[in-house]
Amino acid sequence: MKIRLDHVVKTFETFRAVRDVSLEIESGELVALLGPSGSGKTTILRMVAGLEYSDGGHIYFGDQDATDIPVRDRGVGFVFQHYALFPHMTVAQNIAFGMKVSKVKREKAAIDARVTDLLRLVRLEGLGDRFPAQISGGQRQRVALARALAVDPKVLLLDEPFGALDANVRRDLRRWLREIHSELGITTLFVTHDQEEALDLADRVVILKDGQIVQQGTPEEVCRDPQSAFVMKFLGDANVIAAEVRDGKAYASGAAIEVAGLADGKAELYARPADLDWSLQGPGIPASITRVLDRPDGRRVLATAETGEHLEFDVEPERVVKAGDGGFVTLRRAKVFAV
Amino acid sequence: MRRLNTHRKPPRVGDQPLFRRLLIGIVLVLVALIIVAPLVIIGVEASAKGWAVYRDTIIHPDTRHAIMLTVLAALVAVPVNTAFGIAAAWAITKFDFWGKRFLLVLIEIPFSVSPIVAGVAYLFVYGLQGIFGPTLDAWDIKILFAIPGIILASMFVTAPFVARELIPLMQAQGRDLEEAATSLGASGWRTFFSVTLPNVKWALLYGVILCNARVMGEFGAVSVVSGNIRGQTNTLPLHIELLYHDYQATGAFASASILATIAVLTIIAKVALERQGAGRVRPQAKPAESNS
Repeated sequence: MKIRLDHVVKTFETFRAVRDVSLEIESGELVALLGPSGSGKTTILRMVAGLEYSDGGHIYFGDQDATDIPVRDRGVGFVFQHYALFPHMTVAQNIAFGMKVSKVKREKAAIDARVTDLLRLVRLEGLGDRFPAQISGGQRQRVALARALAVDPKVLLLDEPFGALDANVRRDLRRWLREIHSELGITTLFVTHDQEEALDLADRVVILKDGQIVQQGTPEEVCRDPQSAFVMKFLGDANVIAAEVRDGKAYASGAAIEVAGLADGKAELYARPADLDWSLQGPGIPASITRVLDRPDGRRVLATAETGEHLEFDVEPERVVKAGDGGFVTLRRAKVFAV
Repeated sequence: MRRLNTHRKPPRVGDQPLFRRLLIGIVLVLVALIIVAPLVIIGVEASAKGWAVYRDTIIHPDTRHAIMLTVLAALVAVPVNTAFGIAAAWAITKFDFWGKRFLLVLIEIPFSVSPIVAGVAYLFVYGLQGIFGPTLDAWDIKILFAIPGIILASMFVTAPFVARELIPLMQAQGRDLEEAATSLGASGWRTFFSVTLPNVKWALLYGVILCNARVMGEFGAVSVVSGNIRGQTNTLPLHIELLYHDYQATGAFASASILATIAVLTIIAKVALERQGAGRVRPQAKPAESNS
């Protein structure tokens, strides 16, 4: 089911949580709403679910205006951040709940069969008799998903689905959710503040700030072509170097980058740690190393430029570097944004 | 480390043997004087003139009527206040509305106001000189010095019990469960009975038991509005007082023993419920090995 948000607005008391958001989610697409806390991402999700009503604008499910359809009749599957499993019901009863309360009456045997199918889908065979308190966090997450899928929702909505889990479980569940999505092809919208999660999982990432969409696109588009300093910084570590634009070129101390379409004046150069190189001879930005961090996948160097900027870059693990060394940083590529 | 601990407990404030014994001793003496002695006296005095007298007092029509009236008051006041308590707790914890804090304070008022003040207030509202008095009189509806007045006064005094038990628990539980149920297609009633109620049932029962105990024992407010008509508007506590003023000590104590028995049964029920985990998460089996 295709979902369309048309100039949606939401205000809590005096706080403008969502300001004029328009967004289209294609049928079968897996979309991430990514943003820092307070950016309105969860509010948007809850409005799509019908758990909040918008103050302005419309939400369409396919061609139908769903703006005023109550949550009960909207036909969405919602997975809550803390799962919201019913603690007094077993895993199987939790999954069956939606089918039992449905206006469409089902045979008990049909419900049981569906519960068994769903337990298999979420790989929890044999745990149907447990209570939520008796299973692990990752298992609870999967029960919550099975419960949401049981009612054959038109859309699947997940609020910070992996927020409360530890890193390894999170990575596994991410792959697994992706598999389930390709298997079922259900239109899915999820909220996260974790850029890695959004980029790993989603077909398309929608980046929000202060209740507005600042950029949207495939992971490749938003990573390779961030449209603003905010997106650049939010998506990952970034070095910021003061620069000045003159005649289509940005000049920093010891570095110059071609830029197109920027007016002359003050600007900032943004570069990922992987886009910086370290050499002992110039040319480049003169800097001295302040600290070396060893990580399983490489060696991160923290340095201070002569002009005072803090720089971070990666070097080969074999490279001999130590705090106090002097040298030059060169830029392989960078983004320039006016300030 | 453990061994070290058993050898040398870190000194705590007041942990000298003499001080400890003194404290325990004071508590025991006070409990004996304040709580145990009166309870024992009720039993002793009630049976002072033998079983026959005790039985005669209990089956005396006035006593029986007082018991019936007390039970009637409880049968009406407890369900009404339970419904009120659930509704109030639901409204306060699941919705946002203007005046929510004020309502919270209002619910507490019967706790802080002396019951006798409540009784007098009812006189001014429903009495002949009161606001609704003349109207009620014109329609020939008797509220004061009749059963409705007794029930109303009892309800006022016990209004907060159920709500007070439910509100903190429902606040802690948040709205997620209800939202989840609704998003799965459950109606409001279905959500309440299948999701909300099972998660608050122990706290609810606890509130109901306390409410019931208070209704049956209520004296102050009821004594103002009932008119103390023997065999007509006398509840059990009022009946006890009447008997006592009539110098029928044995009768008073025999009636008192009934109330005391109800109280003791209430305490036992309360303790049993606490064991079941009133308002707390039930002790669950250990979580399964994490293999997600």
